[in-house]
Amino acid sequence: MKTILSGNEAIARGAFEAGCLVACAYPGTPSTEILENTLQYKEINSSWAPNEKVALEVAIGASFGGGRALCTMKHVGVNVAADPLFTLSYTGVRGGLVLVAADDPEMHSSQNEQDSRNYARFAKVPMLEPSDSRECKEFTRLAFELSEQYDTPVMLRSSTRISHGKSVVELGERVTGLPVPKLEKNPAKLVMLPGNAKVRHPLVEQNLVNLSKAAVTMPFNRVEMRDTSIGIITAGICYQYVREVLPNASTLKLGMVHPLPHDLIREFAAKVDVLYVIEELDPFIEDQVKAMGIPAIGKEIISLCGELTPGRLRAAFKIPQASESAAEKLPGRPPNMCPGCPHRGVFYTLNQLKAYVTGDIGCYTLGFMPPLSAMDTCVCMGASIGMATGVTKVVSAEEKKKVVAVIGDSTFLHTGINGLMDMVYNNAPATVIILDNSITAMTGRQDNPASGFTLMDQPTNAVQIPLLCKALGVKHIRIINPLDLEETKRVIAEEMERPEPSVIITNKPCVLIKREEVFQKGPVYAVDADACTGCRACLKIGCPAIEWRPAGDGSKKGKAYIDPLLCTGCDVCRQLCKFGAIGGVK
Amino acid sequence: MSDKITNILLVGVGGQGILLASEILSEAAMLAGFDVKKSEIHGMSQRGGSVVSHVRFGAEVFSPIVPEGEGDILFGFELMETARSLPLLKQGGSVVANDLQISPPSVLMGQELYPEGLVERIKARFPDFLLVDGQRIAADAGNVRAANTVLLGAVSRRLDIAEEFWLKALEKMVPPKALAVNKLAFQQGRAL
Repeated sequence: MKTILSGNEAIARGAFEAGCLVACAYPGTPSTEILENTLQYKEINSSWAPNEKVALEVAIGASFGGGRALCTMKHVGVNVAADPLFTLSYTGVRGGLVLVAADDPEMHSSQNEQDSRNYARFAKVPMLEPSDSRECKEFTRLAFELSEQYDTPVMLRSSTRISHGKSVVELGERVTGLPVPKLEKNPAKLVMLPGNAKVRHPLVEQNLVNLSKAAVTMPFNRVEMRDTSIGIITAGICYQYVREVLPNASTLKLGMVHPLPHDLIREFAAKVDVLYVIEELDPFIEDQVKAMGIPAIGKEIISLCGELTPGRLRAAFKIPQASESAAEKLPGRPPNMCPGCPHRGVFYTLNQLKAYVTGDIGCYTLGFMPPLSAMDTCVCMGASIGMATGVTKVVSAEEKKKVVAVIGDSTFLHTGINGLMDMVYNNAPATVIILDNSITAMTGRQDNPASGFTLMDQPTNAVQIPLLCKALGVKHIRIINPLDLEETKRVIAEEMERPEPSVIITNKPCVLIKREEVFQKGPVYAVDADACTGCRACLKIGCPAIEWRPAGDGSKKGKAYIDPLLCTGCDVCRQLCKFGAIGGVK
Repeated sequence: MSDKITNILLVGVGGQGILLASEILSEAAMLAGFDVKKSEIHGMSQRGGSVVSHVRFGAEVFSPIVPEGEGDILFGFELMETARSLPLLKQGGSVVANDLQISPPSVLMGQELYPEGLVERIKARFPDFLLVDGQRIAADAGNVRAANTVLLGAVSRRLDIAEEFWLKALEKMVPPKALAVNKLAFQQGRAL
């Protein structure tokens, strides 16, 4: 049956068809939907882990137990999972293990654009790179087979345009007859002490040599001879742009980007007049081709930064293109926190208190945007707390009071706990605000260990964050309603003054939560136009439901208006109005 | 079937249902026997930011994103976003846009005005411009939320995909209880 699937849906389908039994991940754009789709296959046990390291370790266990396992993450998640990954290549697998890394060239939704292919080489793991949804499915199946055949984890690299692009896929059946998982002891292979690891390492190196040779004839590495004046080595989404823009060029399309099929590359290079390597981000293939002594052109014409597009590729080859008509200057439309978002009042308050806010990764990173403008640092998942500790180690006693770390519930559980442990252990006098909205919101409302439900929607233990903080040794734990501005300001100000570590936890859920018992819309608010003086105080929270309506006489006068379709009745704007002009509609 | 690839851009504001509309369009194209690819960005841009979805169909499609300046049809769900994406359209391309304004943050906060005269300026550059009062027509059909389907109907007239495939795609992608209203909304749009 033919159907249209996204790359992520196709990877999930490929895992299903490959007989995968376990899928584990931490959500991260653009990888999140893979696990949301393995969920539909009852044969696969799908679960969210608190972070990517744990996700990979769960997949490793499933593999060592004899089952096929899938683990997925965004590119920066591989940094978190790198520790087990680098030794997993030594142990190898029992059941096939496939690790999907979804890169984000152009940083559509990420803090950097690291190139995951370097991890494949660094960790000595083979890597496949599909160029559309059909290949996402086929390569995922194949990755499981290669994993078992070569006794190694296999990485599958996607990117935003692959994961979130859709194309036509032919569905297949799930394989049958795989061995039934059961315990089998093999400590010499699976206990990586120096004595055992020294035996394993040469095998890993030999494996890569063997794969490089075998890859010469593997069908996913494909030579397409056309006009031989230009030859192009490419892979992944870049192949599609090459076919679009240079339809007559000869291509070597690599389905496996590590290890490279050296003999095939030499053979192809010899057949063409000029060799190009077209790849996004790092010169990963290009450097290796040049190291083989083969002249090639790559990063001389293709940027190291951002994603490739047909237009950018045309420009690189100086191919004339439809002149883009000039864009009219228009007001921008950046993303914004939702109407009623419980984070809004906290950032409004932090701005008022002139706090130095070490931030973290989540919807609340939007607290950086004006008019809230209350975030001063953001580096990676969980970093807010460690950074706050570090800042207090160097600034004056008076400035220490300004330091506040802000982190979401899911991010705290991901990698924030260790930071808080350190803050208490080393007695850093900063304040930590845990914005507990009961969900992993930014990536699309995924459950997490504190939400009380699993990915498969089973009720489960919900981590009690206040008790966890107490166990870490935090003496001052305050729980606040972030929709109450007076309380929010009073408590944050008190804790900032305190020369000891303290934690403030907000207790209002995300407005997008689907479970009705968790979030309920309040009565909608409206502005009494007679009472509104046009002071603009309510505009300072940047709520999308509140609109400034100019008087229309050319003056700066006007009045506020609340869109009843967008208002959730959170009550924050009412508290900002000194004239009592905002109230609930009866 | 010719080698010609049809390039469609669907643009608007996160939360407007653009992804569903592009899925219905892709499904209809596939049912009609075309190769189809589509691409868009999820994540940050869903929080009320600008959204651009690319749909391409033809005998064999390579790039999932429409090459810059080669869009055949710009399908706008909001006026300012329609204007913003005009550079993606080829000379002589078509514009089908919803007559709807959604203020961005700077306008909500009173720092800028929503630009005036957009309709006239779009029309001056792209004479094949159909402005649709999607909300009103959808409300008349029975549900204001079917505005996207009205627009889809209007776009469908400009594409080489038979009506039966559109209806099949709607049946597959729209929840059963909303299907009757959406089919009516589609027909109303197609009749424009």
